[in-house]
Amino acid sequence: MLDIVFSVIARDLKLAMRRQADIVSALFFFVIVVSLFPLGIGPEVDLLRQLAPGVLWVAALLATMLSLPRLFADDHRDGTLEQLALSPHPLGLVVTGKVIAHWLVSGLPLALIAPVLGIQFDLAGDALLVLTGAILLGTPALSGIGAIGAALTLGLRGGGVLLSLLVLPLYIPVLIFGAGAVDATVSGLGGEGHLSLLAAMTIAAIGFAPWASAAALKIALE
Amino acid sequence: MIYWNSFSDFLAMGGYGLYVWGSFGVTALAMLIEPIVVARNRKATVARLKRQLRAESRSTEA
Amino acid sequence: MNDRFNLYRFASPATFYPLAGKMIPWFVAAGILFGLAGLYVGMLVAPTDFQQGEGYRIIFIHVPTSWMSMFIYLVMAFWAAIGLAFNTRLSGMMAQALAPTGALMAFLSLWTGALWGKPMWGTWWVWDARLTSELILLFLYIGYMALVAAIDDARRADKAGGILLLVGVVNIPIIYFSVKWWNTLHQGSSVNLTKSAMAEVMLWGMLLMALAFWMYSIAVALARVRTILLERERHTEWVRKELAGGEQ
Repeated sequence: MLDIVFSVIARDLKLAMRRQADIVSALFFFVIVVSLFPLGIGPEVDLLRQLAPGVLWVAALLATMLSLPRLFADDHRDGTLEQLALSPHPLGLVVTGKVIAHWLVSGLPLALIAPVLGIQFDLAGDALLVLTGAILLGTPALSGIGAIGAALTLGLRGGGVLLSLLVLPLYIPVLIFGAGAVDATVSGLGGEGHLSLLAAMTIAAIGFAPWASAAALKIALE
Repeated sequence: MIYWNSFSDFLAMGGYGLYVWGSFGVTALAMLIEPIVVARNRKATVARLKRQLRAESRSTEA
Repeated sequence: MNDRFNLYRFASPATFYPLAGKMIPWFVAAGILFGLAGLYVGMLVAPTDFQQGEGYRIIFIHVPTSWMSMFIYLVMAFWAAIGLAFNTRLSGMMAQALAPTGALMAFLSLWTGALWGKPMWGTWWVWDARLTSELILLFLYIGYMALVAAIDDARRADKAGGILLLVGVVNIPIIYFSVKWWNTLHQGSSVNLTKSAMAEVMLWGMLLMALAFWMYSIAVALARVRTILLERERHTEWVRKELAGGEQ
C-alpha cells in the first residue's frame, strides 16, 4: 500500500529535478524577503535578533505558497491527475506522496538555508538549532494544509492569489508555534514544548490533509 | 424606570458618546444597507431571468 | 415516517422558495421587536457600569455580533456537512446565503471592539486573543466567499466551499487556542480584560439584542437564498411559473 506513496514521491522528485530553477527561485525569494527586513527596519542588532524568528517564519510561509499552485496544476493539465484518480489506489495516498515530495523540494531547502539567514540576524547557536528544527518540523504541515488549498483552487482563474487567501489564515498556528519555539529558546525558557506541538500539527496535517485534498480534487475533476 | 435624567445626558453617554454612537450608528447603517443590497440584487436577478425567459420563448416560437 | 417525508419536501427548492418567502416577514417582525426591546432595556433602563461608565453599552452590540459571527460559521459548516454527506442542493445555497451576513457580523464585532477598546484600554486595537481570533474568522469568511465566487460551476462551488468550511471549522479551535496561548506569552499586564459582574438587566438587554441579531441574520439569509434559488433553478418549471406570475 505504501508503494504508491513512494512511487509518487520518486516521480515528483524526478519531475522537480528537471525544473531545478523553480526550487532555486523559491529559495532565493525566501533569502531576499528575509534580507529586506533589516533594510526596512534598521540595523540595530538587538531589534533584529528579536524579530528574526517571526521574519524567517513569515518568509517561509510565503516561500511555501509560491510553489503550491503548481502542486496539482501540471498533472491536471496533462491528464495524469485523472489517471491517478481512476487508479485503484486511494487518491489520499497519492496526495500524501505529492505532499511529501513538495516538502522535500520546498520546506527542506528552507530549513537548510535558515541557519545562514539566522546568522545575519545575529541569532545565537542554540537559537539557530531550534530555528532549523522548527522549520524542519513545521514546514510539512504547511505543505499538507497548502495541498487542500491547491486542490480547491485547481484550474480556477486567479488561483494563486485565491490560494494564499484560503491557506494563509490556516497557517497561523504553525507560525505562532514555529516562531514561539525560537523566542522561547532565546528567552531561556526552552523550546521543546513548542517543537512537540509543531510535530503534533505536522503529524495531524500529514494524516488528514491529503484526504481532504483528495476529496477536493475529486470535486475539481468531476 | 428610565435611567437617564435628560436627553442630552443620553446623547453624551457619560463622555463616551462618540464611541457608543459610533458603534450603534455603523451597526445600524450596515443592517440598513445589507437588506437594500440583497433586495436590489434580487430585483436585478429577477429582471435578468425574465429577459432570458422571454428571449427563450421567442426563439422557440420562431 | 411522516417526519422524514416532510423534511425531504422542505429540502426541495420548489417547496422551500415560497415557504422562505412567507417566513421572512415573521423573522423581520421578530427581529424588530427583539431589537426595540433590547435597545429599550440596554440603552434606557440598564444602569451604568461602575467600572466602565456608559462606554460599556457597546456590549449590547459587540457581544451579539461576536456570537453571531461564530454561530453563523458553525451553521455554514453544518450545512456544508449535510450537503457533502447527502448531496442536497439546498445546503450549499444556504451556506452561501449566510456567508456575507457572517462576514458582516465579524466586521461589526471588530469595529465595535475597536470603539470599545479605545476608551477602555486607550488603544483602537490590541492583539488580544479574542480580537485576533475574530480577525482570523473574518479572513476565513472572506476566503470562503472568494473561493465560491471564483468557481463558475455552482455544484462545484458548493462542494469546494463545503470542504473549505469543514477544514476551517476543524481549525478554528486550534487557531483560537494557539492565538490565546501566543497572547498570554506576549501580553503585558497593562491590559486587563476582567469584566465586572454583570447586572441582571444588562444580561437581559444582551440576550434580547442577541435574539434580534439572530432573527435579522435569518431573515437576510432567507432573502438571499431565494435569489440564489431562482438563479440556480432557472431552467425548471417552477421558476418559469414564478417569474411568469408577476414576481418582481
